[in-house]
Amino acid sequence: MSAFVREMRGAFAFVERNVNLMKRYWGWEVVWLIYSLTNALAITYIGNAMGMISGQEIDTEYVVTFLLVGALIWQYLVVIFYAISEMIAWERWEGTIEYTFMAPVSRPTHLVGTTLFAIGYGILRTLAILGIVVAFFKLDLGGANILGTVMMLLAGSVSFVGLGILAAVLPLLYPERGAQMTNAVAAILLLISGVYYPVETLPAWLQVIAKASPATYVIKGMRACLLEGRSTLQLLPTALTLVGIGLAVILLGLVIFRYVERYAKRSGKLKRSG
Amino acid sequence: MSTQLPERVHALDITQVRKVFTRKDRKTKRKPFTRRRREEVVALERIDLTVRRGEVFGVLGPNGSGKSTLIRLVSTLLLPDSGTLHIFGHDVEHDSFAVKRMINRVSVDAAFFKKFSATENLLYAARLYGLPAREARPRMREIMKRLGLEEETFDQPMEHMSRGMQQKVAVARGFLTSPTLLLLDEPTTGLDPHSKRDVQAFVREIREMHDATVLLTTHDMQEADRLCDRIAIIDKGRIVALDTPEGLKGLVASKSGGKTSMEDVFIELTGRSFEDAESEGES
Repeated sequence: MSAFVREMRGAFAFVERNVNLMKRYWGWEVVWLIYSLTNALAITYIGNAMGMISGQEIDTEYVVTFLLVGALIWQYLVVIFYAISEMIAWERWEGTIEYTFMAPVSRPTHLVGTTLFAIGYGILRTLAILGIVVAFFKLDLGGANILGTVMMLLAGSVSFVGLGILAAVLPLLYPERGAQMTNAVAAILLLISGVYYPVETLPAWLQVIAKASPATYVIKGMRACLLEGRSTLQLLPTALTLVGIGLAVILLGLVIFRYVERYAKRSGKLKRSG
Repeated sequence: MSTQLPERVHALDITQVRKVFTRKDRKTKRKPFTRRRREEVVALERIDLTVRRGEVFGVLGPNGSGKSTLIRLVSTLLLPDSGTLHIFGHDVEHDSFAVKRMINRVSVDAAFFKKFSATENLLYAARLYGLPAREARPRMREIMKRLGLEEETFDQPMEHMSRGMQQKVAVARGFLTSPTLLLLDEPTTGLDPHSKRDVQAFVREIREMHDATVLLTTHDMQEADRLCDRIAIIDKGRIVALDTPEGLKGLVASKSGGKTSMEDVFIELTGRSFEDAESEGES
């Protein structure tokens, strides 16, 4: 049997396992979908009420679309981030971490399987939220560049895979609190990446940090595609830069993960529940 | 998973392996605004061990004696502080991928995706080990039936199964990938006598029919006596005796002159009863 086929079987094991987990914990999926949906709606309603709040005439439709694009893209990116960062946390919750780490599957294969699932799941979930949200607001995406949007989305996914791997180290290092720590990472990205407001609103020192977040470029690029109809060619350099940064972050994540895995094996932290 | 193995190489070679864990010292009072001191706990103290190919090798010892640490070192889940472990000539630390392809492990508390069925859990394991589903499905059913599991339980969630049934699924998972070295970490602890017999019979059968080496840890004296070709008695991280069951019993019999059990052997070698050693290990 070729090594490639064996590795692909290993990767598929993680896709199938995650699909099965999703089916078995469907109640949790419904709860999380409702949570994400109401969040997206609540934020978008702020845009809808801006004129009323400020007492001034503003382009409500533009503001609503601006916020909605941020909310939806963030939902997608954060799903990828959590699906990957929780790959260790799930194993700890279920008690299977030792079995999985003992299996002859390389960590990149583990990651490929988790990523394939994460991207498929993220797209389906975001489309479901979009489908419901458009019933609430009047959106004009007539001039939107859909091809550029898809390109930016995929380019952004690469970076978030890398960030997910970096965050996955936390549950490996801290068996009891690591999973909660990943929430803090997501919250910081949300604050600095201009999801609901232009990055320029932030204090100067936070704007410097914002430049290091891949989400800043994804969301800016997506808005340029959907709101301004910027061409795919114009956005290509940004997309390529994002892919480059993403690949570098993935590589860094894998190196750090490998180092931390060795530390966990040295100190006995792979034990199922800490 | 068939692997071409050199005849002369030992299934397992452990040389001078030492493993120490550190934990927070809860006995000493901590001064305000200082970190709690850490204390060292020696789990294994310079262990030397060789397991021959095709052997059922028992490691007998009370709770906390270092049995599970030894198994976790062999199964690549822990790294030794010093010393080396080789499985069929492959270094566990530096050639872990080759080692992983040769081993599988059944641990004392079966770990599964609790909401998945036995079939789903075994299929997941098969894919991780590179087995195609069309090959794995009939094989997993055959092993589960052989272990005495009813067919209607194959597709029910693991969380609805009794502890004994779950442990049998764990044993089936261990055998599914046809490991050349099977690590059984107290596989029958907590099982009812009937389930225990089923698992023990299957271990014997596997050993007779397949070219497998088994490393079995247990604190069941009778089980070690019944299943193992050779037994190492481990206490406080040290091997205190290593011989065939008859050889170990002979050590004591020659002194007492009567018929001896493995328990007599343990008391003779350590100066403590098995129960006393277990309660020390747990405290």
